[in-house]
Amino acid sequence: MAAPIAVDVDDVSKRFRLYNEKYQSLKERLLHAGQNRHEDFWALRNVDFEVVEGETVGVLGRNGSGKSTLLKCVSGILQPTDGKVVVRGTLAALLELGAGFQPELSGRDNIYLNGSLLGLSTKEVERRFDDIVAFAELEHFIDNQVKFYSSGMFVRLGFAVAVNVEPDILVIDEVLAVGDENFQRKCLARIKQFQDDGRTILFVTHSSELVRQICDRAVVLSSGSVIEVGPAAEAIKVYHDHLLATGTAVDVPLGPGEDGTAEAAHRPIRITGLDLEHPGSGSRPYLLPNESLSVHVMFEASEPVDDVVFFLEVIDQRGELVFATDTDILGQVFDAPLGGGRADLTFERVPLLEGAYDVHVGIKSRSGVVYDRREQEGRFEVMNPGRSRGSVALEVRADIQAATLR
Amino acid sequence: MTDVHADVGAEHTAAPEGAADEEQGGGAPALISQRELELVARGERAAARGPKATRTVAARVSVWKRMPELWRARELFVFLVRKEIKVKYKNSFLGFLWSMLNPALTLAVFYVLFTFFLPNHIPNFVIYMFSAMLVWNLFQTAVLSGTQTVVANGGIVKKVAFPREILALASVGSAFMFFLFQSIVLLVFMVAFWHRPDWGAIWLIIPALAAVMAFAAALTVFLSAVNVYLRDTQHLVEVVLMAWFWAIPGIYAFSGRVHDGLVKHSIFFIPRTHLIWLYFANPITPVVMTFQRVFYNIWTARTTNAPHTVIPVMSHYGILWYLFADLAIFGVSMALLFGALVVFGRLEGNFAEEL
Repeated sequence: MAAPIAVDVDDVSKRFRLYNEKYQSLKERLLHAGQNRHEDFWALRNVDFEVVEGETVGVLGRNGSGKSTLLKCVSGILQPTDGKVVVRGTLAALLELGAGFQPELSGRDNIYLNGSLLGLSTKEVERRFDDIVAFAELEHFIDNQVKFYSSGMFVRLGFAVAVNVEPDILVIDEVLAVGDENFQRKCLARIKQFQDDGRTILFVTHSSELVRQICDRAVVLSSGSVIEVGPAAEAIKVYHDHLLATGTAVDVPLGPGEDGTAEAAHRPIRITGLDLEHPGSGSRPYLLPNESLSVHVMFEASEPVDDVVFFLEVIDQRGELVFATDTDILGQVFDAPLGGGRADLTFERVPLLEGAYDVHVGIKSRSGVVYDRREQEGRFEVMNPGRSRGSVALEVRADIQAATLR
Repeated sequence: MTDVHADVGAEHTAAPEGAADEEQGGGAPALISQRELELVARGERAAARGPKATRTVAARVSVWKRMPELWRARELFVFLVRKEIKVKYKNSFLGFLWSMLNPALTLAVFYVLFTFFLPNHIPNFVIYMFSAMLVWNLFQTAVLSGTQTVVANGGIVKKVAFPREILALASVGSAFMFFLFQSIVLLVFMVAFWHRPDWGAIWLIIPALAAVMAFAAALTVFLSAVNVYLRDTQHLVEVVLMAWFWAIPGIYAFSGRVHDGLVKHSIFFIPRTHLIWLYFANPITPVVMTFQRVFYNIWTARTTNAPHTVIPVMSHYGILWYLFADLAIFGVSMALLFGALVVFGRLEGNFAEEL
């Protein structure tokens, strides 16, 4: 493939100077002449990768891994200490929604100001003005001063301006986690549309779920260095392995409030095997709609662990989460004794019609600390013997009658 | 995970041949090629949007590469100036009047002081002073607000990529708008006093304005960058500007005592030099004098208490002298502005971390 490169990150390093005490005035500098001691901190070290035009690349990493610094270097807000970034095409960076908004100005004026900050001409803003207002759902408030906006309105307006910029390259830093669900859906739809238009997206997050949904490839950063560049699914696996190795909880995409922020210092319990079983296991490699499916998780505890929760996710081929649950939700919390064991999670019926699905399993504590996690190892396929189409096997009954004529 | 089960089409037909492989079978290779195809298609759509400019982000980017970016951001300049004015005048005529209060008060104080308590015998002193103050306020507002502008707009600087020089230049731009508003007030005064400007020399304002704006821009671009690293720069600037004000012939007559004294003394007792060189090395002075030449246009005056003594108010330089002086300042200022842009480019790299 000889597709042109949209973003070429060429051996970029970025050094920050950390001062014990920072002297920011001439007076202080003179008083403390020669005492301005600092430590060097390399936020990025020899980061080197390329983004092909039209590609969506995620940047994964823990807090402090240099994700945001990388994006700032790409978008030109920070200049790298070493190396360079070559960007081909117009670029808009969404590092903070509503970043150049002036509270004293009206929403209308801010749209124009922000648009031109992001590189739009007045004519282009004029053309998109109605779209922006409609997208932000602010028709009634557009002439109010922005300082009277609620935080939700503020953020919506920021996003609306940003996505209507239509740059060749869009750089996003975890700004999707705003607004209500409806708005989030709109944002995701917009990003998909961006992809279809062949625009390049560089996307920073620590949510592997979003990367799986949106990105073609991903870069995994750890303390400023790239540890993996590859297809999204593989990169996510590397990222999770890395998190487990460094003893940080993986964010488990379940309900809100269960994002697992605690740290697992060691791993007292681990998964040793994963097996999927369905009625036709012996004879055919696929399920028929509404057949049952058992997921067997073999585990081994090196010490007794209380309150063990097994969790499970079913993900379709577009990376969308189909179903997720855990044994805590099912009301089965398990105290694991020393030694091995097996957890059977059985779906009585799999009402899926067609397609291939990945099963991810893991073990965590009730408080959300992930002990172990297996991805890309369990997969099942559903084949539809009938002629209905779609992904879910809904039960339909047809009942047709002619209207009785008098 | 090896998979034999790779035929894509089979997915849609009812039952594939009962090849006995595990359930971790097909799907994956089909998916990858599908994604690859999609990527190619996307790339084509991207290419269809035409050629794209490349931009390099690195520690050193030359001024020559920065200049086009500055030019591309010219609309942003307009919006920033507009924003500045809207915020300042709170979008209302009353706010606009309110903002005139400060310069009006200064004017009133000086007028009362030098007409009644320390009379300097300059006829129509208000016009004389106002023509100088117009220039001075333009310069002072630009430099004072411009020095703080990068720090004050830290929120944008840290989050949005744009040529930051625009911020400094926008300060000069909004100072110019302020100048225009004040000019209206001068016009009102001139009509009220029925004071005639020198219509034949009115074109001189254009080189004079160009000179003072270029100089203000050079200073502002430089100081706005320095102020990020040395935050007390803005206070130093205030003090320097206060002293600077007395170096222009705004509230005293240049000709006569001031001129003679300057000609008599040499710079630091170096022979055959004149202090007046130093006086004219102040780039604001010739611009101020140009404005007085155009709007005030009274060269000598007679005092009321001694009707036979003639007091010189303005110097008798010809129109060409003013033109050359203004053009010289403009030229030097443009060179300084270039230098300031180079310095700004060097210092800009760490703005986002320093703020």
